[in-house]
Amino acid sequence: MNAFLETFFKPNLIAQYLPSILKGVIVTIEIALAVVVCGLLLGLLLAVVRSFQLKPVNALIVIFVDMFRALPPLVIVLIVYFGLPNVGISIPSFAVLWLVLTLVLAAFAEEIFWAGILSVPKGQWEAARSTGFGFLGTLGWIVLPQAVRLTVPPITNRTVAITKNTALGTVIGVPEILNQATSAQSFSGNATPLMMGAIAYLILFIPVVALGRFLETRFAWRRS
Amino acid sequence: MVPDRPPILQVRGLHKSFGHTEVLRGIDLVVAPQELVFIIGPSGSGKSTLLRCCNRLEEPTAGVITLDGVDLMARSTDINAMRRKIGMVFQSFNLYPHMTALGNVTLALRKVVGRSRTDAERLGMEALERVGLSAKARSYPSELSGGQQQRVAIARALALEPSVMLFDEPTSALDPELVGSVLAVMRELKRAGMTMLVVSHEMRFARDAADRVIFMDHGLIVEEGPPAQMFGAPKGERAKAFIAELTR
Repeated sequence: MNAFLETFFKPNLIAQYLPSILKGVIVTIEIALAVVVCGLLLGLLLAVVRSFQLKPVNALIVIFVDMFRALPPLVIVLIVYFGLPNVGISIPSFAVLWLVLTLVLAAFAEEIFWAGILSVPKGQWEAARSTGFGFLGTLGWIVLPQAVRLTVPPITNRTVAITKNTALGTVIGVPEILNQATSAQSFSGNATPLMMGAIAYLILFIPVVALGRFLETRFAWRRS
Repeated sequence: MVPDRPPILQVRGLHKSFGHTEVLRGIDLVVAPQELVFIIGPSGSGKSTLLRCCNRLEEPTAGVITLDGVDLMARSTDINAMRRKIGMVFQSFNLYPHMTALGNVTLALRKVVGRSRTDAERLGMEALERVGLSAKARSYPSELSGGQQQRVAIARALALEPSVMLFDEPTSALDPELVGSVLAVMRELKRAGMTMLVVSHEMRFARDAADRVIFMDHGLIVEEGPPAQMFGAPKGERAKAFIAELTR
C-alpha cells in the first residue's frame, strides 16, 4: 500500500509539481475553449452552406469532412507542425494544435448538424414557406432550432472526445496538462505527476459531460 | 351561388409533371371571392398537387396562376410575399414542435411581416380566439389533440390575413371524433367570407358549405357543379362511380 502511494501519490512531488500542472490546466482550457467555439461554429456554417445544395461546393465539403474524420488527429498535427515549415509556412505549436483540432471538430460537427437538418420533416419546410419565409428564414427560425436540439447528445460526445485530444499537444511541445505531467514524471522518475494530470483531466471534463446531459434534458421537448 | 365578381384566383392551362409522370394535364379554374370550392377525386388524381401548385410549393411545369390579378409565375413576382396571402393547411398539421401555439401563430408575423412582439401576439391571440383555442396559447403542439393542432395550424395561416385559404385534406389524419371541431372552424371561416379551396372527403361538409364541387380524375377536371347536382346526379360515369363509393 505504501509503495502504491509512493508511486502514484507522493506528497512532496504533488506540492512540487502542482504549479506546473496548473499552468498546463490553463493552457488546456484555453485551447479547448477556442477549439469548441471555432469548431462548432465552423461545422454549423459548413452544414448551412451544404443545405444550399450547390454540387461543386458540396463535393468540397464532403471531401474535407471525410478526410478529417478519417485521419488520426495526431497524423494531421505532425504533418502540419513538422511538414509545413519545409514549404516556408511555420505555425507556432499552440496555433497548430488549435487549428487541427478545430478542423477535426468542424468536420464531425458538420456531419452531425447536416444529419440533424435532414431529419427535420419536409412538412416543416413547407409550412414555413407557405407563410412567406424564404429559404434562409426557414432554415434559421424553423429548421436549425429543431436540428440543433436533436444533435445535442452526439455533438456533446464528439466535442468531449475531440477536446481531450489537446493532449496531443505534448508531441509538439505545447505546455498543456499532459506535457507538464510527462516532463515532471521524467524529472522525478515517479508516476505521481501523471496521476495529477489524470485528476486534472477528470476535474475539467466531468463537468463538461454533466453539462451535456443537462443540455440534453433542457433542450428536449416532448415530441408529438 | 356567389354573385359574379372579378375572380380572386385564376388558374389557366396548369400542367405539372414529376419526371415522366404527368400529374396535372391542363387545369383551368376560376375562383370568385368568398367562394368555397370543394375538390374531390380518386387518390392520384392530382387534387393535392393542384392545391400545392396554387402557392408554388410545387413548381408548375406550365400554366398561368394569378391571385388578385398578380401573376404568380412571373419572374418579377415576389413569391414569398404572395404566399402570405395564400393560407395553407396541411393534412399532417406541420406545426413547429419547438414553439407554443402562440409562437407558431406569431412567428411569420414577427419574422416575415416584421410586426413587434406585442402587435404579433395581439393578432395571434385574435387568430387563436377565432379557432376557439386562446386558452391553449401557451401549450406546445405535443400537448394538444390532433383536432386542436389542426386548428392552431388554421390560426397560423389566418393570422397573416390571407385572401385565399387552401386546405389539403385537413381532417384525414384526425380521429373521427375530432373531425367535427375542425370542420366547425372551417364553416365559421366560410360564413365570415373567406375564399377557400378544400381537398377533402367530408361529403357532409361539402353538401352544406361548398358553393361548387369539382371532380378530378387523371390530372383533369372532369366535372363540376353545385353540391346538390354533383352528389345528386353526377353526369359522367367515373364521377358517378366515385361519388357512389364515397356516399355508400
